[in-house]
Amino acid sequence: MRKFDTKVQYLKYKVLREVARDAWNDTLLENVLNIPKIIVPGKTPTMRCCVFKERAILAERVKLAMGGDKHNGNVVEVIEIACDECPAAGYEVTDSCRGCLAHRCEDVCKRGAITFDHNHVAHIDKSKCVECGQCAKVCPYAAIAHRTRPCQNACKVKAISINPDGAAAIDNEKCISCGACVYQCPFGAIMDKSFIVDVIDILKGSDFGKNYKVYAVVAPSIASQFTYAKLGQVITGLKKIGFHAVVEAALGADMVAMWESKEIAEKGFVTSSCCPGFVRYIQSAFPALEKYISHNPSPMAAIGQYIKRTDPTAKIVFIGPCTAKKMEMQREEVRPYIDSVLTFEELQALFDSREFDIKNLEEDVLDNASYYGRLFARSGGVTDAAVQALKEQNIDFEIKPEVCDGIEACKVALLKKSKNVLAANFIEGMACEGGCIGGAGCLTHGPKDKTQVDKYGQEAFEKTISDALSVL
Amino acid sequence: MKITVCIGSSCHVKGSHQVVRALQQLISQNGLEDKVQLAGTFCLSNCQKGVCVTVDDVLHSVSPDNVDAFFAEQVLAKV
Repeated sequence: MRKFDTKVQYLKYKVLREVARDAWNDTLLENVLNIPKIIVPGKTPTMRCCVFKERAILAERVKLAMGGDKHNGNVVEVIEIACDECPAAGYEVTDSCRGCLAHRCEDVCKRGAITFDHNHVAHIDKSKCVECGQCAKVCPYAAIAHRTRPCQNACKVKAISINPDGAAAIDNEKCISCGACVYQCPFGAIMDKSFIVDVIDILKGSDFGKNYKVYAVVAPSIASQFTYAKLGQVITGLKKIGFHAVVEAALGADMVAMWESKEIAEKGFVTSSCCPGFVRYIQSAFPALEKYISHNPSPMAAIGQYIKRTDPTAKIVFIGPCTAKKMEMQREEVRPYIDSVLTFEELQALFDSREFDIKNLEEDVLDNASYYGRLFARSGGVTDAAVQALKEQNIDFEIKPEVCDGIEACKVALLKKSKNVLAANFIEGMACEGGCIGGAGCLTHGPKDKTQVDKYGQEAFEKTISDALSVL
Repeated sequence: MKITVCIGSSCHVKGSHQVVRALQQLISQNGLEDKVQLAGTFCLSNCQKGVCVTVDDVLHSVSPDNVDAFFAEQVLAKV
């Protein structure tokens, strides 16, 4: 059974699948305008006010599935007509206010923003309110609600504002492309651009390795995805679709663990560089700390570099949970090693565009990396690997880590560092909560994901990082 | 002489790891570090014959059990 967390993801998937089908058949150009009608046939609307609006929005989704607005450098875009212009009034007193005698809300408000009408019902003076939320906390009837837009709520780097027409707008200077808003918008009005058509072109051009070989570099968080099938069946599926080999990004993580741990010991203070959202956040919000970002490539870039050294004509597609990797791939120092990026969502659409039911395929194997490399997929894993790597290299240095799970935690650590009050010598920064397993490009998100990654790590043939790297 | 060992997943589970280790050892025991270059590569498209090893682009099927014989015949005899 296909599994998505929300119907928005399912809709996005249907668009990607249709686009991919046409891309395989070379019929995209003639069919592109028909795709909305294939997805929403008939006259009865199922999502919006009328089928015409539904189709107009779907046409925008098709555009994004084909790479989106080329003039917009950000990989995350707002579909303005899909934005429902949710109310964003801040704290408001609702009908549940009973006009009680206690007036805890009034007492707790330091700004004097709360007044009462002749029925003793509370009102909030917006010109005085600073949105501290104390009144909402103390109300025994939970009568004070906080109305914010889900996208703004999701965006912890505060890159989303409301444009004059009432639609969400992204400040590309602040946006870290983490995709939190993409996953959280209940109307699916924010989407990541897809490069699925590019990937299909690369695969077709290769013709099953006859012209050049296409390598899939798969992120370790895959262990928590495609749970309706076995991981080995996903690998077979990738090969059936035209990938020559499937390589673990975690092997790149093993390389990075070795380099980065040495770097920490040499420099005395470093932040991790594997999460592109975190790196971008430092660059945009804490430029003075940019010098501390580890100079090592991300695991994706490291393994890409290695593969291209062994096979110079190789084309490499990274497949992971991450929308920000689509941004990282465009960075000058990464571009030579990674040819395209897909999310797990997009991989599902790619499989289904070829009518592969991976459940029915035989199982292949995926095994290159160590236990530690695989743990990069979850918060705390980079630190565990760096500590292990120091041990394996006999470097006597104690890592004092600050493990930041989610961009808000990153912000706190970076603020402390900028004021020189951070006791740690290593910041492990992950933009998504939980680490990569919380990425916006995952098919599903759940509490079991961390266990799945740990289990996958333990299944690694190689228990140490040096073991995994000794064959290179 | 260039030896490449497939470290793709399929060969990996058949023991490419042990084969690499053994070859590294044999090369240094015989003092051939200057003459023989050992490298890893991903999938040589012959998974059923794994562990795939190429010696100057000629494919051989090697296993951890016959790596000594392989080294004697294909490497020592030819350098």
